Amino acid sequence: MPIADFQPVIGLEVHAQLLTESKIFSGASTGFGAEPNLHTTEVCLGLPGALPVLNEKVVHMAVRAGLALNCQIRLHSVWARKHYFYPDLPKGYQITQYEEPICEHGNLVFPFGDTEKSVRILRIHMEEDAGKNIHQGAQSLVDLNRAGTPLLEIVSEPDLRSADEAAEYLKALRDILVYLGVNDGNLEEGSFRCDANVSVMKKGATEFGTRVELKNLNSFRFVKQAIDYEIARQVELVEGGGKVEQETRLFDTQRGETRAMRGKEDARDYRYFPDPDLPPLVLEPAFVDGIKATLPELPLAKVRRYVDVLGLSEYDARLLTADKALAAFFESALAHYGDAKKLANWCLGELSRQVNEKGVALTQVKVTPVQLAGLLQAIDGKTVSNNAAKEVFGAMFESGRDAQSVIAEKGLGQVSDTGAIEAVVNDILARHPAEVAQYKAGKVQVFGFFVGQVMRAMKGKGNPQTVNELLKAKLKLTRAF
Amino acid sequence: MKLSVDDVRHVARLAALRLSPEEENAFRGQLEDVLGAMSELATLPTAAVPAMCYVQGDGGATRADVVQGELGLEKALQNAPARVGSHFAVPKIIE
Repeated sequence: MPIADFQPVIGLEVHAQLLTESKIFSGASTGFGAEPNLHTTEVCLGLPGALPVLNEKVVHMAVRAGLALNCQIRLHSVWARKHYFYPDLPKGYQITQYEEPICEHGNLVFPFGDTEKSVRILRIHMEEDAGKNIHQGAQSLVDLNRAGTPLLEIVSEPDLRSADEAAEYLKALRDILVYLGVNDGNLEEGSFRCDANVSVMKKGATEFGTRVELKNLNSFRFVKQAIDYEIARQVELVEGGGKVEQETRLFDTQRGETRAMRGKEDARDYRYFPDPDLPPLVLEPAFVDGIKATLPELPLAKVRRYVDVLGLSEYDARLLTADKALAAFFESALAHYGDAKKLANWCLGELSRQVNEKGVALTQVKVTPVQLAGLLQAIDGKTVSNNAAKEVFGAMFESGRDAQSVIAEKGLGQVSDTGAIEAVVNDILARHPAEVAQYKAGKVQVFGFFVGQVMRAMKGKGNPQTVNELLKAKLKLTRAF
Repeated sequence: MKLSVDDVRHVARLAALRLSPEEENAFRGQLEDVLGAMSELATLPTAAVPAMCYVQGDGGATRADVVQGELGLEKALQNAPARVGSHFAVPKIIE
C-alpha cells in the first residue's frame, strides 16, 4: 500500500514567549542575553517561603490571544503544579494550567493554496518557562534567567493533514501573535517553539493511529522535514506489519530524521494538582470586553480588505500583510495617497529593497509614509520621472528628507514645460536633417534616435511623454512638407 | 488499602529516592496505614459539599508588569553548592 493510501493526522503544540518586561510570577527582568542568573529573585530560584504573584500583563496578553483565536475565555481558571526533577526547575514543579485553562474551543482560519483552512484550537494556557542547562564535562551549568518567563501554550486539535498544512498553520499563528504584540515570532531564538503530534491511519479508517510527539522543530523548514520524515517512517512501519509506539522523538537537524527520546514505559507521571499558592484567577466580563474592543485587524482580515476594498492582488496583499510594520507603513501612506496599487508596488519594491539592502528594521527607517506619498504625488504631477524617482527615494531613505528638497538639490526635477521641450526638439531636428529624411522615407526606427538626442540634451529631465508627443507632431509636419 | 512493592517503587521513583529492599518493605506497610487512615474520610457523606482546594477563596493579588526586586548575582548565588562563572554547577544530568 503506497503512502498515498494513508492519511496523516497532525496536531501542534506551540509555546510562545510573551513580550512582558518582567516574569510571570516575579519582578525579575525577562531580558535576553544577560549574564547567567542576573535576572533572578527568590521566586525564580525556588527559595523556601518565596510566593508567586501573578503579572497582570500576562493575563491581558493571554486573553488577547484567546480572543484573536476565537476562543471562549474562562472567567474562572486555575493554576496547577506539574512535577518533575531537573536542575533548570528549582522548585521541582512548573506552575501551569491544567484542568481549567484560561482559553478553550477556538479556531484559526488561514490561507492554504487557493482556499482557506480552519483548524480548531483545543486550549490556550499560561505557564512559566524553565531555566537553561549547559552540559560541560562532568557538570551541568544552570542559568535561571529564563526561569519564570511567561509562556502561552497553544494546543490545536488534530485537524492538520499534511506537513505543508502544519507549516502554514504555524506561520499564520505566528503572524497573529506578532500582530497582537504578544510575541516576537522568533523560532530560531526559541521565543516561538513547536512540538508536533503525528500519526497515520489508512484512508477511510475511522480511528486515529498511535501518535508520536516530535520535538526540536525550531524552524518552519524543520517542522516540514520532521513531519514528512515521521509520516514516511510510520507508514513504512505499518506496511511492514509493525506497530507505531507511542513515544517522544527528537528531530535530528543534521541527519534530517527523528529518533526516539522516551517511550511510553517512561511516560511521565507529572502529578498535577491545583497550586495552593495561587488562588483561581477570576476575570470580570468587562475586562474581557475591554480587550475585545482593542483587538487590531488581524492578518487574514487585512488580506481580505486589501483585495476586496483596495483592489490589490491576493499575492501583493499577502506580501504586504506578512510584515506588520510594512502593512502599517503602507496604510499610513495610503492616508495621503489614494492609488493603492501604485503605493503597494513602491512598498514591495523600492522600500523593501532598501530595507533589505541596508539591513535596517522598517520601524527604524528615516523616510516616513507621508514622504513616500509625497514622492508618488510628485511622479503623478510630472515633477519627477519614474526612473529619477527611484534615485530620489534612495536619497530620502538615507537622509529622511522630503521628495521636493531632494529633487531640487539633485536637479532631478522633470521638465514638463512644453515650450522648453519644443525648443530642444526643434533644435535636434534642425541639426539632423539626414535622419529626418530617413524617417520620412519610412525608416521609423529612427524615432528612438531623436528621443535619445532630446533626452541627452535635457540631461534626462524631459517629461518622456511630452517629448514623444512633440517629436511625433513635428515629424508629421516635416513629412507633410 | 493494599499496596504492592511496585507501588512503593513507583512513588520512590517520582520522589527521586533510592530505597533498599528492607526500606521498600517497611514503607509499604507504613504507606498502607496512612492511606487506610485517609480512607476513613471517604466514609463521610460529602456529596452535598463542594470541593475546596483553597482556603483563601478566589482571585488573588496581581502585580503590574514592572521589573523590581532582583537579588543581584552575589546574593542569588550565595547558597550555590558550586559555581562556574555565574552559573550554578551541579552533577551532570541529561534527560
